[in-house]
Amino acid sequence: MAIVQMCKISVYALKKHRKAILEFLQREGAVEIINSPSNDVFEVEDLSSQQAQFLKFSSVASQAWQTINKYCKEDKAFLESFNGRKNISSENYYTFVDNKDEIMSVAAEVNAAEKRQAELKAEIIKLENRRDALRPWLDLDVPMRFKGTGSTRAFIGLFQEQISREALLEGLAKKAPDIVFDIEMISSTTEQTCVFILCNKKHAEQAETALRALGFAYPQTPSKQTPRESEEILQKRIEEYRAKIADCVYTIEKNVGMRHAFKFMEDYFVMRADKYEMIKRLSNSQRCFVLTGYTTKKDAEKLESKITKRFGAYVELEDPGSEKNVPTVLHNNAISRPVEGVISTYSMPQRNEPDPTFIMSIFYYILFGIMFSDAGYGLVMTLACFTALKKFKGMESGLKRSVKMFMYCGISTMFWGIMFGSFFGDAISVISETFFNHKIVIDALWFNPVTNPMRMLMFSFALGIVHLFSGLGILAYKHIKSGHAIYAVYDTLSWYFIVGGAVLYLLSQDMMAGITGIKLPQTVGNIGGILAIIGAVIVLIFAGRESVNPVKRILKGAYGLYGITGYLSDILSYSRLLALGLATGVIGQVFNQIAAIGGSGFVGTILFIVVFVVGHTLNIGINALGAYVHTNRLQFVEFFNKFYEGDGKPFEPFAVKTKYYNIKEEF
Amino acid sequence: MLSALVSNSGLILALLGAALATTLAGIGSAIAVGKAGIAAAGVLTEDPSKFGKVLIFQLLPATQGIYGLLIGFLIISNVGLLGEAKEVSVVQGLLYFCAAMPIAFGGLISAIYQGKCSIAGIATVNKKPDQMGKAILLPAMVETYAILALLISMLAVFGIPNVTI
Repeated sequence: MAIVQMCKISVYALKKHRKAILEFLQREGAVEIINSPSNDVFEVEDLSSQQAQFLKFSSVASQAWQTINKYCKEDKAFLESFNGRKNISSENYYTFVDNKDEIMSVAAEVNAAEKRQAELKAEIIKLENRRDALRPWLDLDVPMRFKGTGSTRAFIGLFQEQISREALLEGLAKKAPDIVFDIEMISSTTEQTCVFILCNKKHAEQAETALRALGFAYPQTPSKQTPRESEEILQKRIEEYRAKIADCVYTIEKNVGMRHAFKFMEDYFVMRADKYEMIKRLSNSQRCFVLTGYTTKKDAEKLESKITKRFGAYVELEDPGSEKNVPTVLHNNAISRPVEGVISTYSMPQRNEPDPTFIMSIFYYILFGIMFSDAGYGLVMTLACFTALKKFKGMESGLKRSVKMFMYCGISTMFWGIMFGSFFGDAISVISETFFNHKIVIDALWFNPVTNPMRMLMFSFALGIVHLFSGLGILAYKHIKSGHAIYAVYDTLSWYFIVGGAVLYLLSQDMMAGITGIKLPQTVGNIGGILAIIGAVIVLIFAGRESVNPVKRILKGAYGLYGITGYLSDILSYSRLLALGLATGVIGQVFNQIAAIGGSGFVGTILFIVVFVVGHTLNIGINALGAYVHTNRLQFVEFFNKFYEGDGKPFEPFAVKTKYYNIKEEF
Repeated sequence: MLSALVSNSGLILALLGAALATTLAGIGSAIAVGKAGIAAAGVLTEDPSKFGKVLIFQLLPATQGIYGLLIGFLIISNVGLLGEAKEVSVVQGLLYFCAAMPIAFGGLISAIYQGKCSIAGIATVNKKPDQMGKAILLPAMVETYAILALLISMLAVFGIPNVTI
């Protein structure tokens, strides 16, 4: 439950060990490498082009297995992805690495085959279009380029409309009355009419003018062959291309066994590219290099001895002191650790801040449990998470963290569900009444918020105040740790007085007694009032303590006091505990009522089961999402607002960042 | 006809409230979830692996519709439309009608704006998937007002049977 102490590590070593040291550090995954200073002797090497080459190899391999997956589906067990990366034995690792050139050439072959078949497919579409364009001409038994015999002139062409032979003859008779035409209709649709027209050669020009005037056009691509012959040629070529595609597909499919090798290569080259990225951060002389980075104090000495022993390097460890950009690493007990993930989605704490994870995790589980508050739902959630953790041992750490968090949230949900007497809504009483004609009501261990919402509202506010006060408490701790204990009085105690005093005062008033059912004696109320006034005076005087100018200081103090509206809205914001808790419970009850409509007969039972399962699944889904989101909100907005600075730098150690294989052991 | 209407006006008013709560909040959620779904589908064309993330954003403004349903259901259950008939006075009916208003309008408008916020969140997650935690919080801010509306509607509906008028 603290922020881990960091250590600045510098490694001075011979360049011939550079690769080995970096690979060692990558496998250890414990050092964040930062840019080393460069000067006349020590320079930064730019290896971007090699790095780009590796990334290209990686994407070639990636493309290759994706291609293979397109043709041969990969068998994946249900929820397989939960299992994370596969472990790889050192034997396999070396087999892959030693054969990387061959694997990559096969990958290139697969990609080329995929590209070729795509091109061929496009070709086929073109050929098919040409073939289809010939369809209207199939009845023509001369080539489309045919221009006539010794004494005749033939016009082969089309009109962009449907036109009958009679209409055509009539039109031609009007335009060119002297010429005799022989017209053969080849095909006719509503869009076009294909014709073969013959006339005496000496009238050719005149005839053409007349035809054009009627909208005659020559076909766009007349061929040497008759249309029927052309069609056969095209069809043959299509068949040829299809055979070639089958060849390509065969090339791809025969390499299906290489899928894992390709995946490995994708990982392998990314790893190498990452290494080159790190080399860019080193300073190199002709024979030596310097590596600077951060690591945790816990790992530092182990690393030091290993690097010194193995590579004969000189390792320097120093305290980073107040340096900027030192990453923050959190370390917490098993119960709180899962919530670290939630903090990192907001912002990591500064290194000199207290780690809020522990306190936050306690409230996280409580708040989530109250909002979800159903023993049945909690049970489902806990069991689901527990099974997932047991079944998928290889789960990635980030996912594992979330699953664990939801498991603990589930346990808390169960607890609050029992407290508030909710088990799948009011399932027990509905089932017992519908099917056994005897209503069993299991009472809430504490109280039922549906029948007693005001009490629940008061409880929500009270819990909210405790939550806010804890936040203020952390602020006080921060002040005391930094040597300004008196600031804790100004910033924390003052608000304890104001909020706490105001609550005591309100509880002693008749007006509030009617709502809350609690009536404190007048003297307690008076003491509360006095405390609140003392608190307000402290804020008024000291909230603006940075300002030297007294007028400014008091104005700032007044503004600080205005923050009381913030506290009011913060506390009221906890009413969502009631609202979301009731929503879960009442929606569950609604589904139970609908489910029970069919009664206890056979059909009724089936209806009950279906509605019950579907309804409650829906309710779990939507309300778990709501509880998660609003728990985060209460933490981030109401709680963090009181003390949290954040904006710390997350620790990003140089590590193996693979997608498919877990390459951790040393080979 | 007219006299039947008059004698049942309490029930009619209560049902009108229930109808408005369910319908208006439902309209808001439908608009918002629909629009967010369009944005989410757009993200999926580029990267189908973000499905889980964008689905959560699409679902965020779905709650108002459910809150509306909840109030609607509580009202029709309270006035005896689901079980044995009860006597509902005009004043009681009017009270139910009023109780339904916060979630009807609060739900309608907050859902639409939460939907807009969700769409922006989908865009954020598309570019920076690691910022999910922050992006999900912004639409949740809007939802606060739906929750407050739900709270008042719910407390009122719970309280009305105790009023003797």
